[in-house]
Amino acid sequence: MATAAQQSRYRDGEVTVRPGQRWQSWQSVDSARLLLLGGTAVLVAVSVAHLVGLEYSSVAIAFGLFVAFGELLRLALPGGREAAPIAMTAALALAMVVDIAKINHGRPISLAPTQVVGVAALGMALGALPHIAAGRPVGISGMSARLVAVAFVAFIFRPLVNPKLPALAGSPMAVARAFAVMAILVTLAWLIETVITAVIRAEDLRARYSVTLGDELRVQWRLGLAVGVSAIITVFAASAMGLLELAVFAGPLFVIQLAFRRYAGIRATYLQTVRALAQVTEVAGYVDSGHSRRVSKISLAVGRELGMSEPDLLNLEYAALMHDIGQLSLVEPIPAGATVGVATSTARRIAEFGAEVISQTGVLDAVAEIVRCQWLPYRGGMARPPIESRIIRVVNAFDDQVAGSSDRDRIASAIAVIRSDMEREYDPAVVAALATVTGRLPVSRL
Amino acid sequence: MARLSFVSWLYIAIVVAVAGGILWFAPLGVASPEWLATYAVLALLFLICDSTPTTLAARQSAWSPSSAATLAAVVLLNGGIGAAMVGAVAVLTMRRHVPLAERLFNGAMYAIAGYAAGKAYLATKGVARAFLPHMLTARQVHYVYVPPPGMFEKVLGPFAVAALVHVLVNHGLLWGMLLLDRHNRAAARRGSSPGGLPMLLAYDIGFAGLGLVIVALWGVIGPFASAIVLVPLYVARWVMGQFAEQQRAHSATLAALCQAVETKDFYTRGHSDRVSRGARMIARQINMPPNRVEAVTFAGMLHDVGKLGVPTKVLQKDGTLTEEEYAAIQLHPMRGLEIVGEIGFLNEALTGIMHHHERMDGRGYPMGFAGDEIPEFAKIIAVADAFDSMTSTRSYRKARSIEEAIVELRKGAGSQFDPKVVDAFICALADGQEKWKLQEPAQPRDYEILTSQDHDDPISPLRVVQTR
Repeated sequence: MATAAQQSRYRDGEVTVRPGQRWQSWQSVDSARLLLLGGTAVLVAVSVAHLVGLEYSSVAIAFGLFVAFGELLRLALPGGREAAPIAMTAALALAMVVDIAKINHGRPISLAPTQVVGVAALGMALGALPHIAAGRPVGISGMSARLVAVAFVAFIFRPLVNPKLPALAGSPMAVARAFAVMAILVTLAWLIETVITAVIRAEDLRARYSVTLGDELRVQWRLGLAVGVSAIITVFAASAMGLLELAVFAGPLFVIQLAFRRYAGIRATYLQTVRALAQVTEVAGYVDSGHSRRVSKISLAVGRELGMSEPDLLNLEYAALMHDIGQLSLVEPIPAGATVGVATSTARRIAEFGAEVISQTGVLDAVAEIVRCQWLPYRGGMARPPIESRIIRVVNAFDDQVAGSSDRDRIASAIAVIRSDMEREYDPAVVAALATVTGRLPVSRL
Repeated sequence: MARLSFVSWLYIAIVVAVAGGILWFAPLGVASPEWLATYAVLALLFLICDSTPTTLAARQSAWSPSSAATLAAVVLLNGGIGAAMVGAVAVLTMRRHVPLAERLFNGAMYAIAGYAAGKAYLATKGVARAFLPHMLTARQVHYVYVPPPGMFEKVLGPFAVAALVHVLVNHGLLWGMLLLDRHNRAAARRGSSPGGLPMLLAYDIGFAGLGLVIVALWGVIGPFASAIVLVPLYVARWVMGQFAEQQRAHSATLAALCQAVETKDFYTRGHSDRVSRGARMIARQINMPPNRVEAVTFAGMLHDVGKLGVPTKVLQKDGTLTEEEYAAIQLHPMRGLEIVGEIGFLNEALTGIMHHHERMDGRGYPMGFAGDEIPEFAKIIAVADAFDSMTSTRSYRKARSIEEAIVELRKGAGSQFDPKVVDAFICALADGQEKWKLQEPAQPRDYEILTSQDHDDPISPLRVVQTR
């Protein structure tokens, strides 16, 4: 059961599991996650008890299996996120289902909200089993967030279904009304799931809550839109097609999810390639081994501390990884690779050559600009360099002195040296953030 | 579709004539207003999908989920002619820069596919006939057929057959076109990209069910059904576009970083790019599957990354190398592996990078592998690598001509190179599908670094002090 804790260790798109650190990790399980898990446990216990004597067992089994199928095909999204869009579609559809051909004979399907939650919970648990067997994280927080959102819809929608009225196939007005109610509910459900995810993510990444909420909304809205509309499509199409609809609709849903998977895959590959190739300067002996990666890690932490959003952080990460690529233009390596002491003209040449290389890609113009400005002092120039460049400048100076050491005195003295130059060279806000970040955790664990 | 051959034109003409014949002679009869309205909505859905296609991957043909509209028409409009008319709308596609020939061909292809699917649908079960016996009466009035709730089990089988026929006819006609088109012939023969057919096929089969979902929704919410399905389709399109964009960005970044590695040395600039092209030419010539062709292309691109680990002094040295210096050069494939070893997708490409200086007679480095011990990728890169070195100018000599370099390759076949790979490369050069891109002639500027020896050059190998 170390999995929830492992989940809290999201790092740069992958889950880092460190054996032997479980206990510490558990201690870092935070209040929001505990609240969520506790609440969900109570909800599930009550709901599953209500499943006894369920009237529409075939509906429950079909939707439950669909939820399990969706949970099995979980989707890793860029930024270390995990979603289960197909499971969410099925669960939301179950919460709102009124009429299924050949099942309910004219009268609306009556399901208690707790029964909906119970079926969804069992389906999710079933779908999570193979993940557990394969040694992957259970993803309990994600499942809880989904379940809470589904419960919200079920508890509002189910009481609206009047068992005495005819099911969906009413007047066009009734259909339109039902559609509007469902549209509002799936939107709210998406918001609830997003807010919960953002709160947990903020605690995991030590980022500001408002920033992670913005990130989540931006990253998730298209997938959320597809899930919500697919759930509504499922509800309406099932009234004509019966439970068969689930099987038929699974194909398109699967293909859409496949497309998301391919996208997430290429994003991860891209990052991996840049990380690997950023090492060329290290192998060539220009810089200290591991320098690029440390600068990128610390820069990310500083960027988060300063409340940067995810797209900006991605640019910062690329720029930090490649900030020394310009050294390839030097005939001979700088002694010890430390760029902190080199002449301004050399620093400028490194920055400009690096930016030129990066802009050759034709797609990383923002990153090239960050690298181009990394040699500029904080004050004294014509314009203030972008925040990303200021961060890289500070962190580079820091790492050139500390070189990955976790010695407290060395870190403190490095920051003191940077502070003494602060007036002109470095951005005070960035230096303060660096002091906070390095004071919190040793560099190796950032 | 530039520069089509006569046969291709003939093929297009036949396909268009067949589609025209279907639309002209098929009995439309007197269509009810409802039928016409339904047709209009489905045709609009088809047109919207077809006008906003997406690429499944960089350098692949466009794909759109428009066939869902055709398949919905098969059921709703009762068989072939309606579906054919929906497919024919592809002629009007709002994609820009589509030549007339391609428009006509696409419209005809979708019309034929739709008609065939409709015929298959009616023939399989005769569902429409069972429910609407008057459909085939003399007056041929067309009704909209929405299966009543609970009847979908009976429609599912015929619909699946129709979907299969649609995919087969659509891809068959497309494949025929690629086969005849001179530039795409080699690719089509292997049933692979640039059409990216297997991926297109998977997506088309996956999306077929959407046609039936539209039919089911039609019975409940009417034409609004086609509006609501556009939402998930839009999301799918967005993410597919993102994928293609990221893939292009990834390749561009890889190429740019490889170029950065070469900038130190004036004469080897562009070398990685040319070796990568050469490796791709060979891989295609020996009919490698597309994913391996791509992998060997990456391997060619990255094969000399490790040269960065060799001190510039050694690379620039004019004269005989000491044994230590030679050892430093021999280490560069390992250094390359050190840099790119963590890149997960490279897999087999890593073997190419690691062993591209092995020789068939076992006198190469770093492992001294001989014959079939050498991985295939390494053999391919070795040939392309040596060829580019010989046909490029070096500070100590002028570039050899392609003919001279071929003679040298043949000389080395068996001892240094794998004869089969050499033959494949020479064939690929002669084939002319992809021309060899020579080093751009330029004079080095005075501050640029010039090496006076090239470790890749088989004509004048590195001079090393012989101590024994």
